[in-house]
Amino acid sequence: MSKNVIVIGGGAAGIEAAGQLAMAGYPVIIIEKGQEIGGHLLDWYHLFPDRRNSVEVVSYLNDIAENRNISILKNRQTEKIERNKGNFHLRTSAGDEIEAGAIVVATGFDLFRSEKKEEYGYGIYDNVITSADLEKMFRAGDILLKNGKAPSKIGLVHCVGSRDEKSGNLYCSKLCCVTAVKQAIELREKLPSSKVFCFYMDMRMGGAHYEELYLEAQEKHAVSFIRGKVSEVGVAHNGSLVIKAEDTLAGRPIRIELDMLVLMAGMEMSEGGRKISSDLHLSTGSNRFFSSIDNHYGSNLSNENGVFYAGTCTAPMSIPETISHARAAATEVIRYMKNTGK
Amino acid sequence: MSRFGFTITKARFIDYESNDRRISEYISEMEPSFLRCIECGCCSATCTAAGFTKFSLRELNILIKRGENKEINKTIRKCMLCGKCTLVCPRGVNTRNVITLAKEAYQKAENHAV
Repeated sequence: MSKNVIVIGGGAAGIEAAGQLAMAGYPVIIIEKGQEIGGHLLDWYHLFPDRRNSVEVVSYLNDIAENRNISILKNRQTEKIERNKGNFHLRTSAGDEIEAGAIVVATGFDLFRSEKKEEYGYGIYDNVITSADLEKMFRAGDILLKNGKAPSKIGLVHCVGSRDEKSGNLYCSKLCCVTAVKQAIELREKLPSSKVFCFYMDMRMGGAHYEELYLEAQEKHAVSFIRGKVSEVGVAHNGSLVIKAEDTLAGRPIRIELDMLVLMAGMEMSEGGRKISSDLHLSTGSNRFFSSIDNHYGSNLSNENGVFYAGTCTAPMSIPETISHARAAATEVIRYMKNTGK
Repeated sequence: MSRFGFTITKARFIDYESNDRRISEYISEMEPSFLRCIECGCCSATCTAAGFTKFSLRELNILIKRGENKEINKTIRKCMLCGKCTLVCPRGVNTRNVITLAKEAYQKAENHAV
């Protein structure tokens, strides 16, 4: 029986789980599809709620990856996974053959493809962008419209691809509200003369210090919060974006012209995760994320012995939640390895 | 007669205890998607009638649920049944059927009263 553990995915969950397993003496092989470890963190600018630079968390992950029990195979995807007498046999797209006693699935999430919500005009109108595009602009240092000018009126649309039957996702992605609030604050700081509007259905500020951030956005940055789901986006004669919603608290339809619209793309089960789910016969829920065998005390356990989940492949999670979930996954793996004599 | 400058003012409360919610119950039974509404207002935002008249399907939904029947009866006829609201609803409420059922229910209620 192999003492190796395979971790699929080199984002926050995969690296954290690998680090814990490596410290416990297990050789870990991480399979990462990208060129770098860090997953979505590599595209993000500042993290909520304390607006810490994501680079710091990525460097924390890189330090973990230095452990000599960890080897990382980058630019690879899993091609085939088979089970053979309690061991897993995995072949990567680069042809590597790996034996392992357990697998940690840390395939994370994909962002909802906002062009699917056609009425919001992503991919149709120049200045409709996503939350991820905005983070890239923050990283690059400038918030600019397509014509090279700075926007003066910016709207942020919550729940794009979340809580929306029409997008096929009934669940709440949980982190878009706080992302919108964080981005609204950063937009106001970067462009002090701008006006920023958040279109929300419900403000879900459940995490630690999220509500305080919301308060800060109102009080210090005068961000306008409009309770209503945007129904459609068009373009006015002068080229500005025309947003239609109902201002439900005023009880009247609202029409507003903006220079830039940012869509808070929700989180979906990743494509990589879906492939693994069919290869290993792992069950998924109605939200298409992996479903654990127990929601309360077994959220890292899959329906297959020896296969464990870490992070957002099971549900939308923040970075701290992901890290905790990954540590818990490592604990489960260690218990399993000991019980099976590995 | 001298005018004292004050009248008896009707309470603004939604009188939940005495309101008649049978119409709401009828619609919920015939069209269960009625219960899924989260009051996001997307229907009213896209509504052809709402741009020009005081018609809000979102408001209508909540008033029906609270049994504020008098208010509803006045506005419900403004709907032209174009169905744009059904296309945008994130909760998949069959809004056109809700309106049709509501009209039907009010019609029945009125007939009984005669």
